[in-house]
Amino acid sequence: MATTFNDTQMTEFKRLVARYPEGKQKSALLPALHLAQESFDGWLSTEAMDYVASLLQIEPIEVYEVATFYSMYNLKPVGKFVFEVCQTGPCMVSGSDNIIDYIKKTLDIRPGETTKDGLFTLKLVECLGACGYAPMMQVGKIYKEHLTKEKVDSIIAEYKALATNN
Amino acid sequence: MGVKLLLDKANVPGIRTYEVYRREGGYRAVEKALKEMTTDAIVEEVKKSGLRGRGGAGFPTGMKWSFIAKPDGVPRHLVCNADESEPGTFKDRYLMEFLPHLLIEGLIVSSYALGSNDTYIYIRGEYAWITDILEQAIEEAKAAGWLGKNILGTGFDCNIHVQRGGGAYICGEETALIESLEGKRGNPRIKPPFPAIQGLWMRPTVVNNVETLAAVVPIINMGGEEYAKIGVGKSTGTKLISACGNINKPGVYEIDMTITVEEFIYSDEYCGGMKDGKKLKACIPGGSSVPILPANLLLTTAKGEPRYMNYESLSDGGFATGSMLGSGGFIVLDEDQCIVKNTYTLARFYRHESCGQCSPCREGTGWMEKILQKIETGKGEMSDIDLLWDIQRKIEGNTICPLGDAASWPVAAAIRHFRDEFEWHVKNPELAQTSNFGLQHYADPIHVPA
Amino acid sequence: MSEQTFFKVTVDGITIEVPAGTTILQAARQIGGQVAPPAMCYYSKLKGSGGKCRTCLVEVSKGSEKDPRPMPKLVASCRTTVMDGMEVKNITSDKVIDARAGVVEFLLLNHPLDCPICDQAGECHLQDLSFDHGKSKTRFEFQKRTFKKHDLGDNIQLHMTRCILCYRCVFTADQLTNKRVHGILDRGDHAEIATHIEKSLDNEFIGNVIDVCPVGALTDKTFRFKNRVWFLKPMDAHRDCPTCSGRVTLWNRGDEVYRVTARKDEWGEIEDTPDGQPGWICNTCRFDKKEASDWVIEGPRAISRASVISQGHYQGSVGMHKPTETFLAVNGGRAPHLLMDIHDESEVNQPTIHLGKIQGPSHGNTFNNKN
Repeated sequence: MATTFNDTQMTEFKRLVARYPEGKQKSALLPALHLAQESFDGWLSTEAMDYVASLLQIEPIEVYEVATFYSMYNLKPVGKFVFEVCQTGPCMVSGSDNIIDYIKKTLDIRPGETTKDGLFTLKLVECLGACGYAPMMQVGKIYKEHLTKEKVDSIIAEYKALATNN
Repeated sequence: MGVKLLLDKANVPGIRTYEVYRREGGYRAVEKALKEMTTDAIVEEVKKSGLRGRGGAGFPTGMKWSFIAKPDGVPRHLVCNADESEPGTFKDRYLMEFLPHLLIEGLIVSSYALGSNDTYIYIRGEYAWITDILEQAIEEAKAAGWLGKNILGTGFDCNIHVQRGGGAYICGEETALIESLEGKRGNPRIKPPFPAIQGLWMRPTVVNNVETLAAVVPIINMGGEEYAKIGVGKSTGTKLISACGNINKPGVYEIDMTITVEEFIYSDEYCGGMKDGKKLKACIPGGSSVPILPANLLLTTAKGEPRYMNYESLSDGGFATGSMLGSGGFIVLDEDQCIVKNTYTLARFYRHESCGQCSPCREGTGWMEKILQKIETGKGEMSDIDLLWDIQRKIEGNTICPLGDAASWPVAAAIRHFRDEFEWHVKNPELAQTSNFGLQHYADPIHVPA
Repeated sequence: MSEQTFFKVTVDGITIEVPAGTTILQAARQIGGQVAPPAMCYYSKLKGSGGKCRTCLVEVSKGSEKDPRPMPKLVASCRTTVMDGMEVKNITSDKVIDARAGVVEFLLLNHPLDCPICDQAGECHLQDLSFDHGKSKTRFEFQKRTFKKHDLGDNIQLHMTRCILCYRCVFTADQLTNKRVHGILDRGDHAEIATHIEKSLDNEFIGNVIDVCPVGALTDKTFRFKNRVWFLKPMDAHRDCPTCSGRVTLWNRGDEVYRVTARKDEWGEIEDTPDGQPGWICNTCRFDKKEASDWVIEGPRAISRASVISQGHYQGSVGMHKPTETFLAVNGGRAPHLLMDIHDESEVNQPTIHLGKIQGPSHGNTFNNKN
């Protein structure tokens, strides 16, 4: 996949940069990395990071430092859908352990792994701010809350269907 | 029903849109502030209101505003801290998701008071869909003339921009947030200089929590003095509490800080009592970093008086027998919960979120996590409990930013109040793998109302 | 030009006057000796450094003359400026000693303690710090942290396990070179110095990261395992270098040049050149000029830190000769202050108290009574 933004993505990139004063374009780095991740298969390759560095006119190391600091940037290829399941205190007291075990068993993967068909990656994450709707996980931009085993089944089915339809 | 100032319109259908929000009386505060008030008068009103920062630290907002430096020719910035990440806290999310215009309105008034022409909302990266909601609300407000150039013909220009974070709890610390907003790693800065002097791009900056800025709207509408009449003592106005854990009705509640903790947990207006008829064992009343309290100390103070949901009452007794209101993340644990395991997951959280800049936090949080895991998995020794105590003591107060304290307090409080549960784990390593210490003597002293 | 304002600050009972804007650490260094807090990350020649390692924490027992309230927490002395009338406790504060012992324990937690094979041994600040504040036993019983190895090229050797994340090398690359290729990657206890992609560090001034590194994380590859520093004789030398000042310290054995470093002061920092600029040296001087004939040797270098390096080499010449300067000359023209009233320190020192009346260990009377 090409690591350059298409026209739509470039327009969005320019909108992001325009929010900051002249000469402070580095401020757009975090949003620009989100955009790059969304644009380039859900993860940030070295090429993608170097590309963002060149667009923002900063050194590549400044991008690597930031991309490795924040937990949302994937520095390795991931599946089409990433299940980021919260395991912190409030989710734990509401039964997140059982949900995690169930997803592991159902998808037959361990945390950090991707299913053989390349569809699902399981990531264990820390508090996502949905403590009242626990247990929960994030899939892309969406929060899936009040998880039960049945709900997990239907979510997996939902995304499998989505993958076949595309 | 308690007074509601922020969420009073939350259930109006369509309140998320500009039209409905305006029809329901929205943006009156902007009109009043920009047309009738000087910037100093607004700061004065906020001071009179007694509003305290709703992000967790509880610092008086008006005072914070009055610290901002005003050097000639240097732009100033208001930054809204929407990096809500403290486990147990999800109140800002609720506010932004359902009442985006309330925040925008508060931001315009506050930006005017502080002289910020470019105001930034730094929102945690995971709240991606809320970013869209906020950006849409900003577009609507702009189209209606509440943002942009020469607002209401007053000559005041203001734009609001939303920036997503990248996944880092530490960016809720205001200087780490500023670093992140500048496109850097979220390493907290060493203070001084404080943001009010040198903040975003070294310009004078005020960073306020979402709820704090939203509260400016009712303060302007009703006047600071009227606002201060709600509540008690230095806990003025209303506070959003996000309740979670083993209760019947988890969710976000607006309280007027005069209700008791007991009422908050057991009344149907709020948490609706314990889930499945279980008994209350413990509670972390203000977000995961504040001290956990056993049921008896949660519901009544050490003096035997009822404990109230406000800043002073929750911290009554200091850390020995009290806790803090913090960010209002109210985590309730029932009799089936294991304090060791709960403390372990929190220690793991803080280790995961340490920026790694200063040595006590970088090394100490990981060490505490490892020891807690050791105890939790049945390999602990008695000396580990004292060691944990000593480690947390050496982190607390010795770090650059409050994350060190935030990581230490839960461990300290768990050992302080539940030491026998830790000892039980050590003495019964196998039993602890299959069963819980349970309620034991932490019996819920309150009879569940019928 | 307006008169410079001076503030009085007292550290461990010793009062000194310093220009406004001076940090507590710098003031304490002017007093010198044990009063100066240790500093692992602060480096006066690197802008923005300091505040991170927490070894220089001190107690401010009096904020200032105007506001005498003590500061609620220990403060990083390297990043806290003095106020007039401020009183600071360093080694006289139990809180400081306790916290510092904690910091040292944290710094050593994941440190491999591989001093026997570390080239920094003998001039390592972490060794000094552990000697002064460390414990002889560890309470950490878990596996120590390890990292994937990164190759930084032919000149600089990176041992990430030894790193204490002081950020000095990052500041050095930022401030001395025009393009930084290494940085701190990842976060928390996994944070590491790396380039992300294998890339050698080869800017003409990047070798200075070796000199600023307080531990053995960044060492000179051209000197690797060649010798122990305490077997070498440090000699000040210079050469006419087109790139840098060419003022260096050679580390010789016999006539052989084993290593070239910049000249360092008693705090382990790069010394200024006579024109007042920090004496950073270039890679050519450091890595390529390893013949005695490349250099004009000025004479032996005294290593003034408490170090094994000065031991045994120059009896009668360096380090042993009696100073001929006056106190005023040494002290930059400042008259000596009354450093410490010895009479206040212990009643043993009170001339008016008869030693025989003091409760304590046995003295003359004990024996007189017995006989």
